[in-house]
Amino acid sequence: MTIEPKDSKVVLEAVQSAVKRYGASQDELIPILNDVNREIGYLPGEALDELSRLLKVPKSQLFSVASFYRMLSTKPRGKHVLQFCESAPCHVAGGREVWLAVKEALKIEENETTPDGKWTLVTTSCLGVCGVGPVMMIDDDVIGNVDPAQVPAILAKYH
Amino acid sequence: MTYFRSHVLVCVDPACLKKGAHEITDALQDEFVAQGLIDEIQVLETSRIGGCDNGPEIMVYPEGVHYVGFTPDDVPYLVEEHFLKGRVATKFVQQEKTFVDEELSDPTSKEVRVVLKNCGKIDPENIEDYLAEGGYEGLGKVLTSYTPEETIDIVLRSGLGGRGGAGFPTGKKWQFCRATQDWPKYMICNADEGDPGAFMNRRVLEGDPHAVIEGMIIGAYSTGSNQGYIYCRAEYPLAIKTLNIAIDQARALGLLGKDILGSGFDFDLEVRMGAGAFVCGEETALMASIEGNRGEPRPRPPFPAVKGLFGKPSNVNNVETYANVPQIIINGPEWYAAFGTEKSKGTKTFALAGDVQHTGLIEVPFGLTLREIIFDVGGGIKDGKAFKAIQTGGPMGGCLPADYLDLPVDYQELAKAGSIMGSGGLVVMDEDTCMVDIARFFMDFVQDESCGKCRNS
Repeated sequence: MTIEPKDSKVVLEAVQSAVKRYGASQDELIPILNDVNREIGYLPGEALDELSRLLKVPKSQLFSVASFYRMLSTKPRGKHVLQFCESAPCHVAGGREVWLAVKEALKIEENETTPDGKWTLVTTSCLGVCGVGPVMMIDDDVIGNVDPAQVPAILAKYH
Repeated sequence: MTYFRSHVLVCVDPACLKKGAHEITDALQDEFVAQGLIDEIQVLETSRIGGCDNGPEIMVYPEGVHYVGFTPDDVPYLVEEHFLKGRVATKFVQQEKTFVDEELSDPTSKEVRVVLKNCGKIDPENIEDYLAEGGYEGLGKVLTSYTPEETIDIVLRSGLGGRGGAGFPTGKKWQFCRATQDWPKYMICNADEGDPGAFMNRRVLEGDPHAVIEGMIIGAYSTGSNQGYIYCRAEYPLAIKTLNIAIDQARALGLLGKDILGSGFDFDLEVRMGAGAFVCGEETALMASIEGNRGEPRPRPPFPAVKGLFGKPSNVNNVETYANVPQIIINGPEWYAAFGTEKSKGTKTFALAGDVQHTGLIEVPFGLTLREIIFDVGGGIKDGKAFKAIQTGGPMGGCLPADYLDLPVDYQELAKAGSIMGSGGLVVMDEDTCMVDIARFFMDFVQDESCGKCRNS
């Protein structure tokens, strides 16, 4: 994998500013982790070390929380994250064919990242826009009514 | 409190201001004074009624008539036609709908909109829109006229049950929390709508956030709580944004914070975002997540009303439950209890998805049959195909085949048929759906998302 490791200064700054935003308290942990994950793209070990120091919570406990939630990642992710809705309404509306088309286009399986570090493919629980299934989300963009044939063109929009 | 028979909202966005919106407001005021209507009709300036393309624009409620493209000189004519003769001045009515809402269409004849009353009709980012629809009147009534016990009694008599799926009487839940002699107490809104195919709560949070906030404040007053949390799933970024705006606006008007409406009652509210975990929709897991832990359920008892968030008494209701409360207070418990069946009172929102003609949100009284919901409200099956099954109650619910089409939908009847009400997702499947595949699909889901504690229950 050719994903560049994040500069540790950037990581530390992201953690410190999130802690400053919410306060150094364990019950602010999920908001803090969400922000750092968003900023860095995942939660590197260094981030948890720094957080452990600031919140006075053991790193093992932070890791246990960070690895529990689907939207938090303890492993590096690609530049773009494609979240595919695997819920029943999308499945009934032809989701499986779209899923196969996505895997075919990216040539990776679920929870994998492309060798060039551009794409990470994950599934997501229901995004709540079931009226326009099948649905997938690329970064912050929700894309509905996806047809398997459109997949390459949709992916091509992201550089 | 003064009651007006009509409200006229004048759009004062920059584009409309340029076209003389303030002059329209003045002309309306003058004309209402001249016609002796000023005590019956309230003129309010607001923002974003339409697209401002044909401004100035006004909206007349309760009729919901949208007038555009007139001048102060036209105001006497408009007032005469609409408010004296009681007919729509068609000349100035906004013709085409500026935007088609595919998720929430106008109600069909079998629907009753209580929770969805304001969705799509008001600007959710402007508290004045909610106020113009009678918003926070329920709270005002409660704080000035009822004791906490009386308020709980009203909610009990309405028959309102928990809309998260279990249908447990809301008034009773509030009673339990009130009875616990331990402080502080927490009021929690479960906005972790995780059931696949259910998106009713998302729409309420995005379209009418103040209804939920008002319901929570009333609940907090009833139970004796001064701090609340809305736990919203991270998959709903727009809902989180809208809620935060709404909370700030309510706080600015003194509807949240210290000494609400001069009553001496304090209550404040915070939004907490999840991080993607289906199980956090379960109330004890949800509280663990707010505390900054893994969202893992704890065995009950102790129930949240005794030992909940941070080990303190807590009341957890879902979005739809809270959104019903202001309407029950304003219209009375008998009004609400008149909808529905003997044991399931009121209305329920559902999200129709899958192979149905009109996907989207509906709100119906309990007791409508599945057939009425799928065919009359939902327009039937897509592409003229045959109906095969409908899933109610999410992945842990059940799929009901055609034999059950005439089943009245309420908590008891669904349970008798071997399914559940759940939170309100309805996934319709046509003749081409393979039920074996669907069964495998749901088993995968349940296996994947299980908290592994089933042995304890």
